[in-house]
Amino acid sequence: MPERIKHKPLDSDKVPQPKAEIHIIKNQCKGCGYCISFCPKKVLEESEEINARGVHPPKVVDEGQCIVCSFCSAVCPDFAIFVTERKGKEESKA
Amino acid sequence: MNTKRGLLPGAHFLNGDIACAEGAVAAGCRFFAGYPITPATEIAEHLSERMPEFGGIYVQMEDEIASMAAVIGASYSGLKSMTATSGPGFSLMQENIGLAVMTETPCVIVDIMRGGPSTGQPTLPSQQDVMQARWGSHGDYEIIALSPCSVQEMFTLTVEAFNLAEMYRVPVMLMGDEIVGHMWEKVLIPSADRLSIVNRKKPKVSPEEYLPFKPDADLVPPMACFGEGYHFHATGLTHNEHGYPQTQSAETQFKLVHRLCDKILKNVDKIIKVEETMLDDAEVVVFAYGIVARSALSAVRKARAEGIKAGLLRPITLWPFPEKQVAKMAKQAKAFVVPEMNCGQLVHEVERWTKETPVTFLSKFGEEPHTPLEILEAIRRSR
Amino acid sequence: MDKEILEHPLSKYLRTDMMPNIWCPGCGNGIVLNCFVHALDELKADLNKLVVISGIGCIGRTAGYTNTDSFHTTHGRSIAFATGVKLANPELDIVIVSGDGDLFAIGGNHFIHAARRNIGLKVICVNNFNYGMTGGQLGPTTPLDAVTTTSPYGNSEHPFNLVHLAAASGAIYVARWTTLHVRRLTQSIKKMMQKEGFCFIEVISPCPEVFGRRNKLKSGMDMMEMFKKVAVVESFSDPARADITPDKIVVGEFVDIEKMSYEKLFHEKIAQINERAMEKVS
Repeated sequence: MPERIKHKPLDSDKVPQPKAEIHIIKNQCKGCGYCISFCPKKVLEESEEINARGVHPPKVVDEGQCIVCSFCSAVCPDFAIFVTERKGKEESKA
Repeated sequence: MNTKRGLLPGAHFLNGDIACAEGAVAAGCRFFAGYPITPATEIAEHLSERMPEFGGIYVQMEDEIASMAAVIGASYSGLKSMTATSGPGFSLMQENIGLAVMTETPCVIVDIMRGGPSTGQPTLPSQQDVMQARWGSHGDYEIIALSPCSVQEMFTLTVEAFNLAEMYRVPVMLMGDEIVGHMWEKVLIPSADRLSIVNRKKPKVSPEEYLPFKPDADLVPPMACFGEGYHFHATGLTHNEHGYPQTQSAETQFKLVHRLCDKILKNVDKIIKVEETMLDDAEVVVFAYGIVARSALSAVRKARAEGIKAGLLRPITLWPFPEKQVAKMAKQAKAFVVPEMNCGQLVHEVERWTKETPVTFLSKFGEEPHTPLEILEAIRRSR
Repeated sequence: MDKEILEHPLSKYLRTDMMPNIWCPGCGNGIVLNCFVHALDELKADLNKLVVISGIGCIGRTAGYTNTDSFHTTHGRSIAFATGVKLANPELDIVIVSGDGDLFAIGGNHFIHAARRNIGLKVICVNNFNYGMTGGQLGPTTPLDAVTTTSPYGNSEHPFNLVHLAAASGAIYVARWTTLHVRRLTQSIKKMMQKEGFCFIEVISPCPEVFGRRNKLKSGMDMMEMFKKVAVVESFSDPARADITPDKIVVGEFVDIEKMSYEKLFHEKIAQINERAMEKVS
């Protein structure tokens, strides 16, 4: 299990941060808000638009801040969000 | 696991419960889940010994509700399965019998009837569950129920019950009574090659195309089992051909319930069996089943000896009810005599189909079935 | 059916033509389903050997959502049904996903006997403290003083401690998590799928619409926030003391032992008897 790191790692300049690609399947979302609330980097917020379920699905505020922890994907009750990693060479699904 | 091992072909002296157990084994039953209850316990005890000999499974569940659930589970895993019980257990099983009907699970339920209601007379016979076999679970449905009158029939009708269950994907009840279950008689067990065994239809299409509840022309869908790669869903909720719940559609419900009933109703001519004795010119027809039919046969013979044109119409299939046979005899006969070991159950069905022909009902229960003389008296009086 | 769901990497484990699921916004059932399919994916589970069986209740719809052989039984009887399935074909992996009322009120008897027998069934009990599907009645895990539709003055019944019950009945793997502990729940499911014998995971889950709303936890978020505040991981502590109170929810793995499963014992014996019988005939 990855442990929560309290300090900035000493080699954080040398290790590249993963580049995230956040996919939101808007019409699956039921607006529970879990992904938005539990994102450690506050990457998501509620959008203005209304989806087929009559709720506001999340939208990405700053994809660059996403660290591909995929907690949003794991905690979503409706399979409405998942994150992939842009590696440049190939994408790997997180 | 070799399953051809000794069916004990030949002549044997057995009691009804054991004959029923042997019939199950002969029919290919390889799963029994039950709970001890007089007078059906011997079936469980015998199968606890015999099942493993065939590589089959005997499990004693914590109650009859669990037994019926496990029977459905094992049937969906591909095994022919059964349970055996008596009145109180039969009552407990009703909800899951409904599940078996709704999920079209082939299985056999043996009810060795005893005195009821409630705990009643555990060691004495009755025929008090025959209506319950037909109407015990909630909702509209049809089932098949057979009535053995001898130890030999406890064997042959158990085989027949499995065949019908597999053919129509329904639960089939074998309605014995404590006497037929506990008496000892000679049984002739045929060798395996002389037994006709039916197995459930398997799907002929690929898993992608398979619809678990899409019927063939005979109204019975082919049955895939767990672990065969079909990834199907089955539920007790009203469902469509995919097996997915579709409770809010009136059309789905109407079609489904009617098909479940029509599976049997449209095939009654193939399902219903009766035994007709001296009926060609009969003026008094005795309608009797189970152990009572034994006395009735004797009574009919005695009546003939006295010059009364009596005959015996013995339903082997209690449900679906042999209405055509009863209606036909009603046109010819002047009277019907219906002896039952209850307060009047199948007699009401008889009355429905005899219309104007008078029906004399003989009720007797508590210890013995009707004696031949009692039935003969009724035959004499009814002319 | 929205085809967009097919984009999701785990959609192959789902019956996408049944989506969206019937669960309320914020309901934890979807999270449990999510963790379950994550676990299947990480294990590269053989879907041809997996059977998902559920009882009646909101969580009972899970069997209809997984793309595997599945069966939705009568209320409380999924374990008994699964016993028949497992004994008939011990090669199958059987996961039972059902609710607190289905498994422990009407189904309680079947649970304790299956645990006692140690039959290889993997049970995930989603505990939302009430009977959600029927509108929010009290159940065997409803906390004392909680308000439900059948305890409008507050519940006077003490609830079960499910992990204690499972451990005492003989389960060889017992764990409790909440729907917030998604990673650990996924790991627990993976672990239990690889064990032989009766395994039990309790998942505390929000039911905002019918339970939460009546008990000052109006949204799923309120309950998940509560889990964050009061859930404490105390693995391998005494399950008898693994309380659920408004101030503390003890989660973790409580039992993890090895014991030969019923079906293995059973089938070995059957094989011996079958062999002896064959010798007699030949």
